[in-house]
Amino acid sequence: MASVIVVGAGIVGAAVARALAHEGHAVTVVERGASAGGTSASGEGNILVSDKALGPELDLALRSTELWRALEAELRAELPRDAPSIEFEPKGGVVVATTDDGARSLLAFAARQRTAGVVARELGPDEAHAAEPHLTDAVVAAVHYPGDAQVQPAIATEALLASARLAGARVLARAEVLAAAPGDGRIAGVVTSRGTLRADHVVVAAGPWSAAVAERLGSSLAVLPRRGVVLVTTRMPRTVRHKVYDADYVGAVESGAAGLQFSGVVESTASGTVLIGSSREQRGFDARLPTEVLRGLARRALALFPCLADAAVMRAYGGFRPYAPDHLPVIGEDARVPGLWFATGHEGAGIGLSLGPAELVADLLAGRPPSLDPAAFSPARAGLRTAERAA
Amino acid sequence: MSEREERVELTVDGETIAGRAGQSIAGVLLAAGRTHWRSTAAGGRPRGLFCGIGVCFDCIVTVNGVRDVRACQRRAHDGDVVLVQGPQDEGRAGEEP
Amino acid sequence: MTHVVVVGAGPAGLAAAAAAAEAGARVTLLDGAEHLGGQFWRHARADDDAPRAPRLQHAWSRYRALRDAVRRECEVVLGASVWAIDVSGERAVLHALVGEADGRAREPRSWRPDAVVLATGAHDRTLPFPGWDLPGVVTAGAAQAYAKAEGIALGRRVVVAGAGPFLLPAAVSAATAGSRVVGVYEANPLRTLASGWLPRAWRLAGAWRKGIEAAGYLADLARHRIPYRVGTAVVAAHGRERVEAVTIAALDATWRPVAGSERVVETDAVCVSHGFLPRLELPVAAGCALSAERFVVVDEDQRTSVPGFWAAGEITGIAGADAAIAEGRVAGASAAGAVPDPRALRMRARHGRFAERMHAAHGIRGGWTAWLTDETVVCRCEEVSYGRLVATLRHAPDAGLRSLKLATRAGLGICQARVCGRTVEELIVAERAPGDATSDARPLAIPVRLAELALGEDATPSQRKEHDV
Repeated sequence: MASVIVVGAGIVGAAVARALAHEGHAVTVVERGASAGGTSASGEGNILVSDKALGPELDLALRSTELWRALEAELRAELPRDAPSIEFEPKGGVVVATTDDGARSLLAFAARQRTAGVVARELGPDEAHAAEPHLTDAVVAAVHYPGDAQVQPAIATEALLASARLAGARVLARAEVLAAAPGDGRIAGVVTSRGTLRADHVVVAAGPWSAAVAERLGSSLAVLPRRGVVLVTTRMPRTVRHKVYDADYVGAVESGAAGLQFSGVVESTASGTVLIGSSREQRGFDARLPTEVLRGLARRALALFPCLADAAVMRAYGGFRPYAPDHLPVIGEDARVPGLWFATGHEGAGIGLSLGPAELVADLLAGRPPSLDPAAFSPARAGLRTAERAA
Repeated sequence: MSEREERVELTVDGETIAGRAGQSIAGVLLAAGRTHWRSTAAGGRPRGLFCGIGVCFDCIVTVNGVRDVRACQRRAHDGDVVLVQGPQDEGRAGEEP
Repeated sequence: MTHVVVVGAGPAGLAAAAAAAEAGARVTLLDGAEHLGGQFWRHARADDDAPRAPRLQHAWSRYRALRDAVRRECEVVLGASVWAIDVSGERAVLHALVGEADGRAREPRSWRPDAVVLATGAHDRTLPFPGWDLPGVVTAGAAQAYAKAEGIALGRRVVVAGAGPFLLPAAVSAATAGSRVVGVYEANPLRTLASGWLPRAWRLAGAWRKGIEAAGYLADLARHRIPYRVGTAVVAAHGRERVEAVTIAALDATWRPVAGSERVVETDAVCVSHGFLPRLELPVAAGCALSAERFVVVDEDQRTSVPGFWAAGEITGIAGADAAIAEGRVAGASAAGAVPDPRALRMRARHGRFAERMHAAHGIRGGWTAWLTDETVVCRCEEVSYGRLVATLRHAPDAGLRSLKLATRAGLGICQARVCGRTVEELIVAERAPGDATSDARPLAIPVRLAELALGEDATPSQRKEHDV
């Protein structure tokens, strides 16, 4: 068994640490701040297949969703009984088109997804209203995705870490990675603000900060922050049953445009609040929240659910998602620095996609044939290399 | 008649309560001897005035159909229809409106 | 002509608006309430000329002078809730909704001024104790506000407890409104109070008005036969539908209850405050630097770290109304591009040491957590208990504030951690090493209806009709 350092105690780092610790590796998670304190604590907790186009990311999403469905029971068996629930809720998603053009592309998108085994049920306006009674009358067509689910991302991260700890992993918080430990070409560990740690492998799962960590460890990575903003209402009578998106969501996720983009995403949480997303914008690590973004989110949400007009929005928060130029996660070993691995670049899908990559890293590290083809996610793939050279 | 002496009448969950113009809704409720009105979402605990200056939101009521109005901040108007808020208004346990 | 927007019409904001106008600026003064004067001069709108409870209003003639000046010289917009400051563009934009508190379809208004003076004030901080969420337990500020503005007594037998010189006016307010005040209980022992107030007491001579105020309150306590006890606290409240009794205990110097000292006192209203917290939403949204004690950092001219933003009053340190007026005068003049009046600078200097003294004499000590039980509610909105917080921390030994809040929902409710935020942060620190996260960032300074958010647009005052008081 190997010794492995995982950089980052967000959901991806926690999932990787758990997978490796359960295989018997000696795992240390190194975290600059506190656990679940960055991207994992600033999103909705989406576990989605609905927004993934046919291709490797959809395969990863389908595998991850399977793993999530199993995880809740596994954690319940492993963790103390009074540990908080990860609030896994297989509530399903409904994607809504309000124009004829929108309906045509939505239905075609769903038809292609079905070829990969996605359950995507077409709904006419009446069926859409039966599924979502308060939905706008403007709905032309909708697609129901029973496979979409939600989890409380911070609790899930802590639960994965707790499971990893039970399997022998160690977490070192408030330890910033400063450099690679001295070695002979192969990675030999990391120098942190709390001392030097030696290991056979280092897995960078530092989300949008992964590029900076890669550089400190003598490599590079074309992952940038892309900011998303979410609005939260006060508690209210349950009005929204599923995750409900406007059909533009799919386009926005796939788009590489740097400018501000919106798509409507509305859902209720177990605590009675309604979450309203989503925006995407490349603006570095700028944490300011322009009111233009808040207004855009509100308009999209009202277009889906006009009955939310008087809902009180009590909070707005922004998070930085790790964004790779070709929209695919980066999972695998860095050919330039042997022993250095990446598990990042999941953008806004990192909660849902955390478990698949963890399994992939564990398979590759053990030399087992992985359940998915890892080539599309390779750090050496052309889509990443071109961006790195351009940068 | 100056605003100081004018009477206002609110209905609170159907019951008519009189107050003075210029008072807050919380003021009208307190003057009428009601020390609590909201009940909390999880525990059904009684709540009324706490901070009195609009910070804690403990005193929220529904006024004329609009939820989450701070009773300590909102001036009472004649004819206001006030409903107290309880767990049923807060989306717990997945019930429909 | 320089356009100055002043946010907050309490003593600091009124003084800032008047000084900026006097210095030749065009001034817009905003406040979310329907009356001028803030919490210090809280009153019903109809009572503007003759306060309902004149004994409880200090320096009312100063209020009238400032009020008359701002009405004459400034655009005053009341009922204006500033919900955001957008600093993402070249020039800061203030967004407000004008209308009834928490209404719907309020009028959106926005300003792009040359200078902003933030004077948003402070609110009570109340530490949790068993039963503190029972109706009838209120902050000292609530007791004062309802006595001043509405003449309402919150109970027949009132207990006043906590820490700080502001317990005195709360007790006098309650007594004036017709309550019998059973006692005032200050948590800090005499030795702590003396070590804060007595050393080099002559340095406080400049703040003589404070001394007279305090003496007046003490005389009022004596007149109403209200006992004042030090080193004592309310450590639990009891009752079913409302508070019926409290447990009072002696505290040691760290605020740990002394075993065996508890006694139960019947009461139907408890006014509790353990200090004040600055209202930091807008300064944080603007990006203003905060001190280690988490007040807005200002320079000699009350400038914050952000160009174009000044701050005055309690958000720069708790020092009372006289200091706030002095700071407001300095900030207003400076924001208008003028040199502050040396008299205002001198007046501010006289009050400068008050805040430190008050903290030394009345500051919160760490032993208070000993009066919590597992069942004690810490977050009132989400009903999160102390036991739940501690258990969650133990399950997640590397979690910080963000993760803990999301896991327990403490601080995620409608008050957005305004009441429990500092308490939850301190409980984490008590369990493990200090973190750097705080609950101070609230990009939405107040809740906004979704339709108001969607329909609002940027506009300059000239494009919109002027509002009057």
